Amino acid sequence: MGMTIAEKILARASGRKQVAPGEIVEAAIDVAMTHDIEGPMVVQGFRELGAKKVWDPSKIVIIFDHNVPANSIDAAVNHIMLREFAGEHKIPNFYDVFEGVCHVVLPEKGFALPGRLIVGTDSHTVTYGAFGCFSTGIGSTDMVAVFVTGKLWFRVPESARMKIEGELPRRVSSKDLILKIIGDVGADGETYRSVELVGPGMSHISMEGRMTMCNMGVEMGAKATIVPPDDLTMRYLKGRAKGAFKPVYSDSDATYVEEHTYYVKNLDPQVACPHRVDDVHPVSDVEGVEIDQAFLGSCTNARLEDLIEAARILKGRKVSKGVRMLVVPASREIYLEAMNQGILSIFAKAGALIESPGCAACLGGHVGVIGPGEVCISASNRNFRGRQGSPEAKIYLASPATVAASSLKGKITDPRDV
Amino acid sequence: MMPRAWVFGEDVDTDQIIAGRYLVKLDPHELAKHAMEAADPTFASKVRKGDVIIAGRNFGCGSSRERAPLALKAAGVSAVVAESFARIYYRNATNLALPALISPGIHKGFKTGDEVKVDMRSGEIHNLSSGKTFKFEPLPEFLAKIVSAGGLLRYMAKQLQKR
Repeated sequence: MGMTIAEKILARASGRKQVAPGEIVEAAIDVAMTHDIEGPMVVQGFRELGAKKVWDPSKIVIIFDHNVPANSIDAAVNHIMLREFAGEHKIPNFYDVFEGVCHVVLPEKGFALPGRLIVGTDSHTVTYGAFGCFSTGIGSTDMVAVFVTGKLWFRVPESARMKIEGELPRRVSSKDLILKIIGDVGADGETYRSVELVGPGMSHISMEGRMTMCNMGVEMGAKATIVPPDDLTMRYLKGRAKGAFKPVYSDSDATYVEEHTYYVKNLDPQVACPHRVDDVHPVSDVEGVEIDQAFLGSCTNARLEDLIEAARILKGRKVSKGVRMLVVPASREIYLEAMNQGILSIFAKAGALIESPGCAACLGGHVGVIGPGEVCISASNRNFRGRQGSPEAKIYLASPATVAASSLKGKITDPRDV
Repeated sequence: MMPRAWVFGEDVDTDQIIAGRYLVKLDPHELAKHAMEAADPTFASKVRKGDVIIAGRNFGCGSSRERAPLALKAAGVSAVVAESFARIYYRNATNLALPALISPGIHKGFKTGDEVKVDMRSGEIHNLSSGKTFKFEPLPEFLAKIVSAGGLLRYMAKQLQKR
């Protein structure tokens, strides 16, 4: 019986030759990531259990990204607690408030590698599947189990496959494509499944774009979203990979419970309307909706490619009066590169606010909180009620290009028209 | 007093259960004050110990924040019964020994305020106000062990002791 990538990785990690969907396996974890939101809960649980040692400090990554720098005493106390834990257990891969968003930093630092089994206390841990690994989000108590034993139980998921054909047109991006897919399958359409993104169209999508797509896999319920590694993957990893790795690929006779094909040549920019990630429409349906804030940030869409696309649109122009355009490069590496390339100065001249790397406005706890009745167009991943602040506010999700174009006009705008 | 049902809709996400801005808090009782705030601002002040949440499909979708089931548990909720659950919420709730019970057809069978009884042994949920009874899917054996131990940490403590 052939196996999918997900099945092969879980089989290898649990010391078996073969696994099948539905089986429960206990698998050895290659990388375990936690951050400043769930990390303190992990430390609490670790202490409650009376544990003395973590299983392998070199496989743990602790990073601060949600409340950076600390914006409250509570956040500062949580940071202190995690810094002490990282020191006490000699965790070599500890990244304080300086590096950026976990899901952008881990690939940059070479932790996301083909064939690996990765867990993180964040639902968007599915992002790393862009590198051909099995990577999924877990809660803090599960992470305590990982910290202590290095292992975790998994139910082997069924696999589904999305085949991408063709090349995306001008000003239409991987974000539009993944929004379109989520709109089609629904917010729970792929629940518990491992979703492979395959087909000739994927070779035209950059590693950044693949990360955007895998990142949002969880918004359709997926347990993992996986792109089979190719030349692009290997090029990205050159000089970054932390340790050896072995790519795995699905067998030709592997079983998929569902397959979809997307022809992307004529795809329009897409927008997810409040308050559902799967209430997705072509931008023409919502054009003209007035906005108060435009947010270009988060683990979904604040990589260099996204900043460049937005800067192309904002260059030499001004953000509409009354609109707060917030740009938050996702990592220090990206921030530096954007600075060197003059992209940050394009944003600043256009009247945008540029904040230091972090999750920022995405989850409404740090900078850029929105108030009652306000509308935000956001390049992030969730438009749930209250996500970015007031439950009475509205969030529209879109691509960096659509966010930038909308910030210029003060209303939702088709980026192909500016 | 009998536990009552609180009925919510489809796709109740983790931001509705506990919003991101409260995630700097570690104290479960602090979190409980804001449970379900975005869905029903009166919930936290009115919910009583033992009450049950009834919901549609995909309860707990979104974030991996374990404070979602933690806030519900601390608020007094004794179980969530839904048409289906998002996977991370399902694991987290199980790990905290807050039953997440799957019961197709349950959503239309209750309205907020109905008296409810969950019978973990028989696998039944009774709507005492309407007289109707619903079945829920039994927890897989492995998960039932975690719940009956009082959560994953206690389960692990027992396993570690055995070694």
